[in-house]
Amino acid sequence: MTRIGVVVFPGSNCEYDAVAAVTALGAEAEFIWHSETAISGFDGVILPGGFAHGDYLRPGALARFSPVMAAVESFARDGGPVLGICNGFQVLTEAGLLPGALQKNRGLTFICEPTTLIVESTKSVLTRGATKGQELVIPINHFSGAYTCDDETYRSLEANDQIALRYKENPNGSRGDIAGVSNVAGNVVGLMPHPERAMSTLLGSADGRVLLQGFLYAPALSR
Amino acid sequence: MNFPVIVTVTLREGIADPEGATIERALPALGFTGVTHVRAGKSFRMSIDAPDEASALEKATALAERLLSNPVIENASARLGATTPGGVE
Repeated sequence: MTRIGVVVFPGSNCEYDAVAAVTALGAEAEFIWHSETAISGFDGVILPGGFAHGDYLRPGALARFSPVMAAVESFARDGGPVLGICNGFQVLTEAGLLPGALQKNRGLTFICEPTTLIVESTKSVLTRGATKGQELVIPINHFSGAYTCDDETYRSLEANDQIALRYKENPNGSRGDIAGVSNVAGNVVGLMPHPERAMSTLLGSADGRVLLQGFLYAPALSR
Repeated sequence: MNFPVIVTVTLREGIADPEGATIERALPALGFTGVTHVRAGKSFRMSIDAPDEASALEKATALAERLLSNPVIENASARLGATTPGGVE
């Protein structure tokens, strides 16, 4: 059975949503406390949303120095699928596992609303089950979600097909309407929207399923 | 010896600064005209144990680049401050 590790930092608050989503799709999930120095036996790792270490200094700035991050880094280096959602995305950029940075939203407001995303690339472990151009309704819930990078980085993101998802209508000032990016290999991916909160039409949308399904059950996972 | 050090972190040139822009837009309404190029940033004060000024600043610069700033979007600079009864100024 596919087994997913969900990293919990002091201040994470979406870890139960992540576990619920993973188990709803038939996989197994287990928490990994941030002080762990080794992770093993997992087919994938999720860094959930929240406010790791209170988001003090900058979102993700302190979390990247949590002991578990060295283990996440080596898991990622070995090709292991790593997904950062919202705060988890911020942690991955601070750790240098993903390019760019997340800045305060244009307009300086906390935004909590459904957004329409467009699948831009199916190369990443998150979007490999979707189709290019597919529209997905998935909620965002953040204050620092404006994706930022320099011109050179932006050009390489486009050249290497690393832009996984874009907003149909830019809610926060993200460069190039970017909602999610991956590393060059595609096994590390981060996004500001919350696919784990879009698991049921009864609760607004089930469009998160195609993303998480892809993350859980793609061939690369049967390592 | 302990040296008082002030580290300033600002957004890199060309990086959008919604806080600075909002402050700049608010100023005329309060009667402060002619204020432009407002950029928001952060300032950190600390006391650093080091053999001399140069190594205190070197240490401050290193920790500013590693932790206090995100080099992807921010610049950090360290300078000597003054020790006061309340800490470092």
